[in-house]
Amino acid sequence: MDIQGRKLIKIATAGSVDDGKSTLIGRLLYDTHSLTTDKIEAIERSSKQRGYDYLDFSLATDGLVAEREQGITIDVAHIYFNTDKTNFIVADTPGHVEYTRNMVTGASTSQVAIILIDARKGVIEQTYRHFFISNLLRISHVVVAINKMDLVEYSEDVFLKIKADFDVLVGKSDFTEEQITFIPLSALKGENVTRKSEHMPWYVGNTLLDHLEVLEPEDLQESAAARFPVQLVIRPKTEAYHDFRGFSGKLYGNSLQVGDRVTVLPSGNESTIKSIHFFDKELERAAPGSSIVLTLADEVDCSRGDMIVKSGEAPSSEKSISATICQVNSKALKVGGKYILQHGINRVLAKVDQIEAKIHTDFSGTEEAEQLKLNDIGKVNLRLSKPIHFDSYHQSKSNGAFILIDEGTYDTVSVGFIE
Amino acid sequence: MNLFIPNPKEAESIYILREVAAQFERPVLLFSGGKDSITLVRLAQKAFFPAKIPFPLLHVDTGHNFPETIEFRDWLVKELGLELIVRNVQDSIDQGKVREERGRYASRNTLQTTTLLDAIEEFKFDACIGGARRDEEKARAKERVFSVRDDFGQWDEKNQRPELFDMLNGKIHVGQNVRVFPISNWTELDVWEYIRTENIAIPSIYFAHKREVFFRDGMIWTANEHVFREAHEEVVERMVRFRTVGDMTCTAAVLSEATSLDDVVSEIRESTISERGARIDDKRSEAAMETRKKVGYF
Repeated sequence: MDIQGRKLIKIATAGSVDDGKSTLIGRLLYDTHSLTTDKIEAIERSSKQRGYDYLDFSLATDGLVAEREQGITIDVAHIYFNTDKTNFIVADTPGHVEYTRNMVTGASTSQVAIILIDARKGVIEQTYRHFFISNLLRISHVVVAINKMDLVEYSEDVFLKIKADFDVLVGKSDFTEEQITFIPLSALKGENVTRKSEHMPWYVGNTLLDHLEVLEPEDLQESAAARFPVQLVIRPKTEAYHDFRGFSGKLYGNSLQVGDRVTVLPSGNESTIKSIHFFDKELERAAPGSSIVLTLADEVDCSRGDMIVKSGEAPSSEKSISATICQVNSKALKVGGKYILQHGINRVLAKVDQIEAKIHTDFSGTEEAEQLKLNDIGKVNLRLSKPIHFDSYHQSKSNGAFILIDEGTYDTVSVGFIE
Repeated sequence: MNLFIPNPKEAESIYILREVAAQFERPVLLFSGGKDSITLVRLAQKAFFPAKIPFPLLHVDTGHNFPETIEFRDWLVKELGLELIVRNVQDSIDQGKVREERGRYASRNTLQTTTLLDAIEEFKFDACIGGARRDEEKARAKERVFSVRDDFGQWDEKNQRPELFDMLNGKIHVGQNVRVFPISNWTELDVWEYIRTENIAIPSIYFAHKREVFFRDGMIWTANEHVFREAHEEVVERMVRFRTVGDMTCTAAVLSEATSLDDVVSEIRESTISERGARIDDKRSEAAMETRKKVGYF
């Protein structure tokens, strides 16, 4: 549960230029009374200056000066709103071809993706890409928001045609039908966003907001093996805690409890969880997502970067890995290139052994490639200086992803999903 | 067995604070005495308990702070046994590094940047932890959790490192430093709810009290020798409280009867003016915050 006892739902939005994505978010903010008087005034002022005769809600989200000048969104912006039951975090990601990077970034922290389609244009190449990324990142739930229904006379035929086209894509993906929901709406007019549209009696489903509210975080969370990467060893060396030696970290995948038999990687030493601490409280059992401190019954060697797992549930430990990579920096990834690989909090050195193929993000297959440029997605083989303890991304998002850091600039240049 | 279910935002912030302690050599927590930095202190306690918070607090004092804030700061530091470093804007003025603003909207708020950058250099801080939140302001919505600054403290918004999943890349070169925002994903309401749930002590000016004020541009200003006031601007006494606590010259009050945390939380819930709406510095222009961030403002 989030701070107010509300549930927390994280959403990424994707759409092409002019699909009305910012308008949709602005509408959600406005209708949930999340826009304050001074923000509405600022929007009114800006809208007037630009000569619009309506409120341009996109101005609520397009933050940077360059974006306001060009009228486009060029980076991931985070937007927050809540209803009585739910806190929402929206990662608003731009929809240009060249901004695959931003959608991957936004989607990496989200459980739900909203893909916008302009009802007049239908499924276009960009839609393929947005859905491809949702599929690659294993987003738990996709909402296909068919926007601007007011401009196609709220036609059910238009809606059904787009849905049929999209269903072809779903067939090419790993998604099941239950993970995808289609909603016809008009963000500008506020139809089916938070208020049921009178113009579309043929649509019997929920409004967008109602739909987002019935989603349960537990259903959106993956169930995998418990993984506890150690961030810091806590040694207070105070009178009261003279012999205290705790391992702090965030728990992923599944719960851990006092008495669990555990193995520390890479040493392979076994012990038992003696206690679980959260601030001044002692816990019996902690759910995934908890930032806690563990103590073990035995004096085993364990430090930052090591991983505590349940005995018998060890992940793979390998020095060479195959992964799908998305290049997020303008410096291309090349065979022979050396990087710092960060897997969770653990860092090793990595060398690119092979680029197997570049993957077309429109589901049309692969091609050979010498290098992966910014926004390219490809399959690569990496050799590592030390083994990492991983699961495949398919089994575990948190333990199956990594980033590559350039040794010279220290920029984050790639994100990888382990096979 | 009882299952502990975490609060995801709190767990994320604790994770971030531990990454700071692990990835940097000389981190510091920028402490203003405001509710956000007070919340950070509580989160840092939780992150390292039962060990002590492994970094000092830095307060950049404009000299125009509310006295209640300074009293609170000194009390908190003593209570928790923390290390506090104070650097004064007045010293930067005396050294001729910055010039005091004059006139109607004179404020020392922007002058803080120079004092902060000097302190970073003096102590060789490589990570400065701040309580900024993305919901505060449009330009902040695009801020990273680990935000790399160059030798001049500048923010290059077009060249930010993407942050994927919860992996934090704090690798930097000598001379660079990182601004860290552990409560990036919290809203103003989250912070207040948290303060209430955790029963965290905060300065008294957050609660309604009688104060000498005057009205200008639809905002309520503190009547005080540090705040420029024209002869015709009449001083009156009102029940007010502050929603943010910054420099006296740039923090407006709101009329309020909220004398308890419960009252404050319900007031925030009902409120239709955003927190930054009471910040005079942001009203200077639409891009005010972005412009200040580019030159190293916190």
